[in-house]
Formats: sequence, structure tokens, C-alpha cells
Amino acid sequence: MLLEVDGLDLRYGATHAVKGVSLNVAEGEIVTVLGANGAGKSSLLKAIAGAVRPGAGTIRFDGKDITGRGAAARVRAGLMLVPEGRQIFVSLTVEENLLIGGYTRSDAEIARDVEAVFDRFPNLAARRGALASVLSGGEQQMLAVGRALLSKPRLMMLDEPSLGLSPILVDQLFGLIGDLNRQGLSILLVEQNTHMALEIAARGYVLELGALVAEGTAAELGADPRLAEAYLGATDDAA
Amino acid sequence: MSGYMAGVLAILGINVIFAYGIYLTAAAGQLNLGGAGFQAIGAYAAAILSVELGFGIVSTIVLATLAGALIGFLIAFPILRTRGVYMVLATFAFAEVVVGIILNSDTLGGAMGMIMFDYIETPAVLWTAAGVVAFVFYLMSTPIGLAMRAVHDDEPVADLMGVNNRAIQVAAFASGGALAGLSGALYAFYFGFVEVQYFNAFLSIFVLLYVLIGGTQTAWGPLIGAAFFTLIPEALRIGEDWRFLIFGVLIVLMMIVRPEGIVTRDAIDRIVARLMPGDRRA
Repeated sequence: MLLEVDGLDLRYGATHAVKGVSLNVAEGEIVTVLGANGAGKSSLLKAIAGAVRPGAGTIRFDGKDITGRGAAARVRAGLMLVPEGRQIFVSLTVEENLLIGGYTRSDAEIARDVEAVFDRFPNLAARRGALASVLSGGEQQMLAVGRALLSKPRLMMLDEPSLGLSPILVDQLFGLIGDLNRQGLSILLVEQNTHMALEIAARGYVLELGALVAEGTAAELGADPRLAEAYLGATDDAA
Repeated sequence: MSGYMAGVLAILGINVIFAYGIYLTAAAGQLNLGGAGFQAIGAYAAAILSVELGFGIVSTIVLATLAGALIGFLIAFPILRTRGVYMVLATFAFAEVVVGIILNSDTLGGAMGMIMFDYIETPAVLWTAAGVVAFVFYLMSTPIGLAMRAVHDDEPVADLMGVNNRAIQVAAFASGGALAGLSGALYAFYFGFVEVQYFNAFLSIFVLLYVLIGGTQTAWGPLIGAAFFTLIPEALRIGEDWRFLIFGVLIVLMMIVRPEGIVTRDAIDRIVARLMPGDRRA
């Protein structure tokens, strides 16, 4: 297993955000985490990325216990989060946003990898010297993914990447996630667009109020009538 | 060069270096309203090293710069525990403590100040300022400069990218303290004396204004801001009574018209696009 999370528990003051969640992602797999707003999905990803410290539980990456390691060590190990709402650096240029993604690297191939990202996203290449704040929402999401790619991740975690994007852009984004996965990148995807997520993922987990309530293959979760009513149907109306 | 011009240019050089000291912390997202304290440390370190201990001019300036860096490094840890307006107050309090210590110290001359034996001339100040400008432009083009700006933009996300926010912020305080200390040492050698009254709250406020009004987005900001604040008051000397009023009105207008500072990255993009129409910048 590439990522093994065991009994992860996280509290913010009086809020019990994540309650003993265990999940794993195999090398080359796309795994999705579903659940309503406030189910603890983002908190779970932040804890795996090292942005917040869990109260209990262990996180193993590539067989090594990284629970006590900082965010920088996890990025170096190959774990990268694309945070919710893009969170690009608005006062940096497009190119500088990519460069900061490779901040933990010390090899000489960063410039080449920046060009590779620009080849993948011609829209970004056309605006490489412009401030990232002038990009559209879809371009910002591509930049956030490109920035994460610069760290040479083995597992990319995406937190609600389709949020606020038009249906055409959502299709493009999921096409991109599929491409990256076929090129060997493992993906842990938090999405509220449940149908798209279950279409692309091999397996999924469902969180409710911080606790794991279901897990299984994408097909099993898609066919589960309880889930369809509680979560999956709800996003149908929203979409 | 007339004596008056030489004097104005030397003050400009000292102010530019001082402004870059404050800029380095501001570029990493922290407001330092204790500039006068750091400059006083550099000036008094220079006075002690040169007058009391007999060090040469160059080694005195180097050591005074290091003294500023050391104090900046040490003070960073308690100050970085505070946020926003409390950090501004903490840095302000730091400067007041420095001045208070000097004022009550007989060794440091108290309110009488200290007289320097060695002098430097305007060209030495200007060359040093040119070196500092080149150094800061270089620093801001390195991954460390990039990380400073990322921390300024969004600390949690910079952390996700693997940037050690705390290390960057401490380094910014230490290198900012070094430059402020350097400006103080040059001040001491140029004017030939140090008196604690000069390092007052207004000085801290003014140097922070140089930086904020010049703009913190690029390394051009402090240069333009310090030049604006040093030269405009000189140019406005004609109507002595109205000078500060006109200056104050200019500052308020500036904040209304260009809240991000005189020099912004957008402005530089536009200038580059105009000079080089074929450039790929948008």
C-alpha cells in the first residue's frame, strides 16, 4: 500500500472533525472520499498532508510512518495536496506558482518540468509572466494541479477540485485526473460531485460527521441504496 | 557636487538601506514598526566598536551589521508568537526598549550621545546602498525570495508546498535587522555622532511608510518609497510652514490612489509590455 491511514482522530477545540478513520490507497489507484459538507473530508486530507496534527492514529506512506513528520518531509516523500478552492498565490506570477510547487526539490530539472506543465496547459503557458490572480477559475485549478505536479508527487490529494467550475471544465478536469493516473500517479480525491468521482475512482470511502460509514468499490457504493438516498441523490439535485 | 546635495544623497543612501531592512520582513508578511530600534543598535554598536574598542571603519560596519542580524534573529522568536496588529505593537515596544536602555546607560552616553572619531563620505554610503539594492534584488529572485513572497501571500498553503514558514520569517527578521543595523552604522560614521533622540517613534513610522507606500510586492518599492520620502520633503522646503501639510496630503492621496504602493507587479508588467511589445508577459 502506498498510503495507509489507521484510526486517524482529529479535534479542533470542541469539534470532533475526524473520528478514528482508516483508509488506504494502493500504488496507481484512484480512491475517492465522499460525504456531505462538514463530514470531515477536508480535515482528513489536511491531516494526511501534515497541515494539522491528528490527536491519534498513524499515517504510513510507502511503508514509513510519517505521522510525526512535518508537511515539508511529506512533500519530499511524494505526498502533495491540491487544497480546496485552488489557493494559488495571487501575488505571484503563473510561472512562480509552479516554481514554488517545486520548492522542496534541489535537482536541476525543475525548469524542464515547468516547461512540461506548460506543454500540458497551453493556456497557462500564454500567461506565464502574468499574475496568477488574472486567471479564470478553471485556469487557476489547472495551475493548482500543475503546481502540485512540480513537487513530483507519487500520491496527489485533491480537495473538491470541481468546486465552482462549469460542466465543461469539470469534464476537462476529470480527463486530466484520469490522464495523470494512467501516467502512474496515485490519486486520493475528495469530491462533492459524487457521480463523477465514482466514475473515475476504483474504490471509495463515505464519511458522515467525521466517521467512516461505508467503503467499497465504486460500483458497490454507486449501487448502495442507502448511500444513493443520503449522499449520492443529493448531489444529483445540486448538479 | 555641493555640500547640500552630498548631504541629501547620503541621507537617501542610508534611508534606502534602512527601508530594505524593513522591506525584507514586510516581503515575508510581517510589519516591523521597530525600525528605529534596529538602526539604533547598528549606530551604537558602531560607536562602541570604533570609539571604545578601536576597530577600523570596515570591520566596525561589518560587526554592527552582524549585531543587527543577531538581535533580529533573537527578537524574531518572541515577536513571531504575535499576529497582525499585536506584532506591530511588539516591534514598536522593542524599539522603545532599545531607546530606553540607551538613554539610561552612561556607557552609551545617555541623552548626550556619542561622538565618532572616524568619518565616511557620501560616495561610500552610495556604493554600499547600491550593493544592498543589488543584494535584495538578487535575494528576491532566489527560491528563498520566492518562498518569502509565498509566505506573505498565504502561510498555510506555503506550508503545504513544503516551505518552512517559521525559518523564512526568522531569516527575514535577521536579514532585515542586519540591513537596518548597517544603515545605523553608516549613519554614525557619516554624521560623526549618535544621539538617541534621533531614533524615535517617528523614524520607525517613516521607514515603514517608505516601504508600504513604495510597495512591498517587488524590490523596487523601498527604493522608490525611500527616494520619494527623502527627496520630496527637500523639494518642498520652499514653503517651510506648509511643508509637512503638503507632505501629509500627498501621503493620503497616495494611499487612496495606490493602496498597494507606488510600484506594483501589475505596473511593472505594463512597463515591460510597453518597452518590449513582443514579450510574452500579459
